Parts: sequence; structure tokens; C-alpha cells
Amino acid sequence: MADMFALAGQNLLSPVVLFFVLGLAAALAKSDLAIPEQVAKTIALYLMFAIGFKGGAGMAAHGMDARLVGALISGIVLSSLIPLVAFAYLSAISRLPRVDAAAVAAHYGSISIVTFVAATEALKTLQMSSEGYMVAVAAAMEAPAILVGLYLAKKAIDGSDKSSAPVQAVPFREILLNGSIVMLIGAFVIGWITGEDGLSKIESFIVSPFQGVLCLFLLDMGIIAGRGLRQSRKVLTLPVVFFAMTMPLIGAVIAAPFGWIIGLSAGGVALLCTLAASASYIAVPAAMRVALPEARPSIYLTLSLGVTFPFNLVIGIPVYNLIGTWIAG
Amino acid sequence: MTQTFRKKRLEIIVEEPILSRLTDALIKEKVTGYTILPALGGYGSDGQWHRENALSRAGHMVALVCILDESRVDDVLSAAYAIVSRQVGIVTLSDVEVVRPELF
Repeated sequence: MADMFALAGQNLLSPVVLFFVLGLAAALAKSDLAIPEQVAKTIALYLMFAIGFKGGAGMAAHGMDARLVGALISGIVLSSLIPLVAFAYLSAISRLPRVDAAAVAAHYGSISIVTFVAATEALKTLQMSSEGYMVAVAAAMEAPAILVGLYLAKKAIDGSDKSSAPVQAVPFREILLNGSIVMLIGAFVIGWITGEDGLSKIESFIVSPFQGVLCLFLLDMGIIAGRGLRQSRKVLTLPVVFFAMTMPLIGAVIAAPFGWIIGLSAGGVALLCTLAASASYIAVPAAMRVALPEARPSIYLTLSLGVTFPFNLVIGIPVYNLIGTWIAG
Repeated sequence: MTQTFRKKRLEIIVEEPILSRLTDALIKEKVTGYTILPALGGYGSDGQWHRENALSRAGHMVALVCILDESRVDDVLSAAYAIVSRQVGIVTLSDVEVVRPELF
């Protein structure tokens, strides 16, 4: 327990978390602090580029093994399973309409790549290594949750109100060709092909400035989360907020045995738990707006970005690192 | 004085994720052109929103403007409405005057 508090304290005082808190506080205080839209977009692409490339180069250095296949399959299974758990849990503890619950469930089955990046940086601080291919696992976990979420929504609509409009066709374009995912996978493959040589050529661009750029991005995330919380206070009932703060831990607990069975390192287990615990706020909302416009973004976006993301950043990541250490350390 | 000709102006404000489906439908209907404008922010049933507060394009709105000959309005409007009927947004149709009628 003392370890956990030490880890949490260390994490809480990291620049990344403090910049997020600064953005959140500024937005809640109605400051006009803002990162211009195009700058934020460029920073997001930079982060995908850097984390993808470094993951690919890491995999080239350590080689492929059966654990990669195991980790990918685990990611897909977790991404399919977690929405079912999240939907049942949310339906049991709240009175949220089932269509909203299905959309929220899809967000919690999918992943937040920024949470993943923050977890990777936290591992570095603790000098814990992880498997480079966890980036590929992150990408594999985006889509299955969306399909399961849409299936749950379709079932909810069919079962409750025959007059409701049906769920629209599965938006494969939004799921598979989402810009962040294309950049992440593309950079991963390029990093894998070019290996350590490639990394050494662009190291000064993607390694040294990474922490600073991440701080700037998290400042922006804090601002957006704060504004979202300010605007969506009315939809945030206590049970729904409780869900957003406990579902990450449930996801991590479900993921941990998978990491142990595959034989991932302590850092790998921590990252798998982080992925299972995080909730999407980029790829899934776009898919939901196309296929399930009845679901309210004020609920699913506020929960994933305004509650679960800060929870994971401050409390979740140290807990998942500790789970990794307990299981595989 | 320059002569003007009466046409119809179809304006659709819609969420960005649905835009490519809408433009595909308009092209399929053989419209002669359209223009897309970014919406900076607004106020609606979900309260205030602003483009800079959206982390992904899911929260972005755009306005699509298309000038049509009156004879094409029914077909184009039906095709467009089939795409946007369940989405957040606004569809308006208004009379406008143009100086080059052969373009529409």
C-alpha cells in the first residue's frame, strides 16, 4: 500500500499531470487559455507518429515472438468483452437510456491512446521496460468495441421500441481509417522496417521533445475536459460518475490475467491494464455520430474525457503499474 | 444593370463525420457544385459548443451550401435528407439570384 501511495505521489507531481490539472483549472475558472485547433491537431499527429515509430523500432530491436500474437488476440478479446461488462454494469447502476449505455460501453471497450502514452512515460520514469508491440495491441483494440457497442444498441432498440430508427450501417471508414489510427499504425510499420537505424536519424525529433509536447497536449486536454465538465454538469448523475471512476479498475482487473497468461513483462501487463481501463474520445465518438446519432455525446464524451481520463492519469496509471509489478515483476 | 436569374440555395449544417456521406450523395445526384464552410461554434439543444473545445472531428459542425435549379430541388433534397434525417443539424432552402445560370 505504501508503494502505491509513493507511485501515486510521484505520478501526481509529474509535469504531464500538472499541465493537465492546469488546463482543467483554467477551463473551470473560465480563463481564455486555449491551444489553437490546428496546433492541437498537429500535436496529436506528432504524438501518434512518435509513439508508433518508437514502438515499431522497439519491436525491430527485440524481435517478434508468440507473445505478440497472444497480446493481439488478448487485445481483441478484451475490446469485445469489456463493452458487454460495461453495458451490464451501467444498466444495473443507472437509469441511463439503453442507447446511451451502449454508446458509453463502446467507449470503455475501446482505448485512449493519450492515456497509453502517459502510461508509457510513467513506466520510463520508473525505469520499467515494456514490449514495443503494445502499440499494435492498442490499435487492435479500437474497432471491436465499436462493433459490440453498435450490436448492444441495436438489441436495445429492437427490444424496447420498434418504432425507433434502426442503427445505421457500421461506419467502417470511421473505424478503420481514422486519421490517428492510420498515423499510429503507419509510423509503427515504418519504425519496424527502419529499426534502430531509422530511430537514430529522427531521435532528436521524436525522443527528446516528446515529454514537452505531451505536456502541451495534456494542457489542451485539460482545457477541453474542463469546458466539457462545465457544460455537461446536468447530465452527470452520481451513479454515472461512479461508473466512470470504477469501470477503469474493472477493465484493468479483467485484463491483468491475460497479461499474466501471455507472459508479458511487468511494464507490458501495466500497459495492457491501462488500455483495458482507458476510454476512447477520438475514434469512437466519430463512429457513434454516424451510426448511432441518438446517443448523447454530452454523456459519453464527458464521461470518457472529463471523468475517466483524469482518473486514469492521476490514480489509474500508478495502480496499473503496481498490478504489473505484482503479476510479472 | 447585370441580369440575375432565380435559383434555389440549399444549406445543410451537419456534423463533420457525416459530411463525406452527404457529399457522396450530392455527387451521385449530379449536382454541379457545392461549398463547405467550417462552423466555429453555436448554441442548441445540448447547450453551447465551440470548435476549439472539440477533441475530435466528431464535435465539429460544417455548413454545406449548394445552388440548384428549381427542377432539381426535389431529387437532391430527398437524397440529402435520407443521409441527415437522424443527425443533429439544420436544413434550409431559400431563393437566391445568380448571375451565371448555366453553372447550376
